[in-house]
Amino acid sequence: MSLLVFSGSVEQGLIYGLVALALLVSYRVLDIADLTVDGSFTLGAGASAMLVLAGHPLLGLLVAPLAGALAGVVTALLQTKCKVAPILAGIITMTALYSINLMVMGGRSNLQLLRTETVFTAVRALLGDNVGPLVLLAVLDIAVCALLGLFLRTRTGLAVRATGDNPAMVRASSINPAVTTLIGLAIANALVGLAGGLIAQYQQFTEVGGGTGTVVLGLASLIIGEVITGRSSMPRRLAGAIVGAIVYRLILALALSASVTPQNLKLVSAIIVAAAISAPAIKQRVQLAQKKRKAVREHAARH
Amino acid sequence: MLHVTELEKTFYPGTPAEKHALGPLTLTLQDGEFVTLIGGNGAGKSTLFNAIAGEFLPDAGWIELDGQDITFLPEHRRAALIGRLFQDPMKGTAPSMTIEENLTLAYLSAGRGGTLRGKTPRRAFFAAQLERLGLGLETRLKTPVGLLSGGQRQALTLLMATIVPPRLLLLDEHTAALDPATAEKVLALTNEIVREHHLTCMMVTHNIDTALRTGTRTLMLEDGRLVLDLAGEARAGMTVETLLAKFRSSLNSDRILLPGSSAV
Repeated sequence: MSLLVFSGSVEQGLIYGLVALALLVSYRVLDIADLTVDGSFTLGAGASAMLVLAGHPLLGLLVAPLAGALAGVVTALLQTKCKVAPILAGIITMTALYSINLMVMGGRSNLQLLRTETVFTAVRALLGDNVGPLVLLAVLDIAVCALLGLFLRTRTGLAVRATGDNPAMVRASSINPAVTTLIGLAIANALVGLAGGLIAQYQQFTEVGGGTGTVVLGLASLIIGEVITGRSSMPRRLAGAIVGAIVYRLILALALSASVTPQNLKLVSAIIVAAAISAPAIKQRVQLAQKKRKAVREHAARH
Repeated sequence: MLHVTELEKTFYPGTPAEKHALGPLTLTLQDGEFVTLIGGNGAGKSTLFNAIAGEFLPDAGWIELDGQDITFLPEHRRAALIGRLFQDPMKGTAPSMTIEENLTLAYLSAGRGGTLRGKTPRRAFFAAQLERLGLGLETRLKTPVGLLSGGQRQALTLLMATIVPPRLLLLDEHTAALDPATAEKVLALTNEIVREHHLTCMMVTHNIDTALRTGTRTLMLEDGRLVLDLAGEARAGMTVETLLAKFRSSLNSDRILLPGSSAV
């Protein structure tokens, strides 16, 4: 793997690490499989790209998470106020977002940002081609991790965690689960929107179907991260999400260099996720089978 | 303190499953009163608790707590005033969060909230409170609650519910799922905490002896109505046998013993 491919993978990993952080909040902490993500990623990308074209790349990175948060709020309201099942609520928002994303992108299905000023061209000019984007993204990720970690320790943050951890407890407490779900999903989708906004400026290109599979990709990163750093404490889990995303990007780069064609990448991602999530269950079955065989052998030996 | 007036509730009205669950029921609890509540299965004990806690709105009547009409107050708003414990010790704590995080959440969520700001003074306060439980939890603040036993979790839940003293404490058979020794310990703790904070408290129990020995007043429910209200000398003179006899005669009219017959 060339240095260029390596640093590119790390940079993309730092961007998609934000998606992994989002899934840490929605999937792990709130225990909701939030499918809004595929839509809110493109929403953030589209909003960011339009503002880049209008000459405001920095504003794009502020609007992208806000737009994502709004999408999260819609999903949360569908769940808590309209009693739509969580997965369906996400699917409904995601579907609606397809049209909305086209509107945001001015009716075009893709946007080219070549030869326009983005935050990355700015930071390259400032710090150099090689380290500029890396420094920007690393600083951003550390800041996001720190803020998220601090938030999860506050009263509201603890309430969000308890909502996913023990709904029965939360119902009998002074926590309003509708509010904590809304806050959690807004934060998660804000992170996804920010990732989308960054990727649009990073790749200088965005298209309306660009967010497809973001959930699976984020999950893969999250799970890889959990294997690496463990789940014992919140700081570890936050760092794990970022590390997992970087490792996942490196695995993809390796797969590409090992002649997996780009159109098969999503298949590879899906297989990684399916394998990782099902690993504990498969392990348990294998152990049970071994235990049975051993018991049968010992029983036979005694008689 | 707590005034429940003409409270009524029928579940599934107008359907074959219609069930008259509560009332009309009128009940007043004085400040600092510790009431034990007995009655057969389906007598309406938990329904009364759920009505007070706001899990459903009553068909008629109203509920006042501390001079405030809470009849239509949403459940989570009432929870700031009311501490609750359930039979299932898993219901009251968040398993993947640590003891400290659970206590912090309870401390910051209750009523007007705790007054200790900052982690260090709070941690010292939590440790001191945990030490009183006598379960060695004060040295395990960083342990996820999921690793504790049922008895430990219930004791912790009791502490969480009272860490900022609530206006009313509702205990719904909170020792029923524990082994006898642990149940006794949690009950003793309950007595201690209720006395110390001068809490107004209602406790459901199926143990007649406990019902008479604990608290200051004993109520019996039957078909959602109050059928017995014992306090003072009448309660002091009541024996387990006499109360059990009353309980039996109440149960005899209870349709749970006659599953074939329809509701009264």
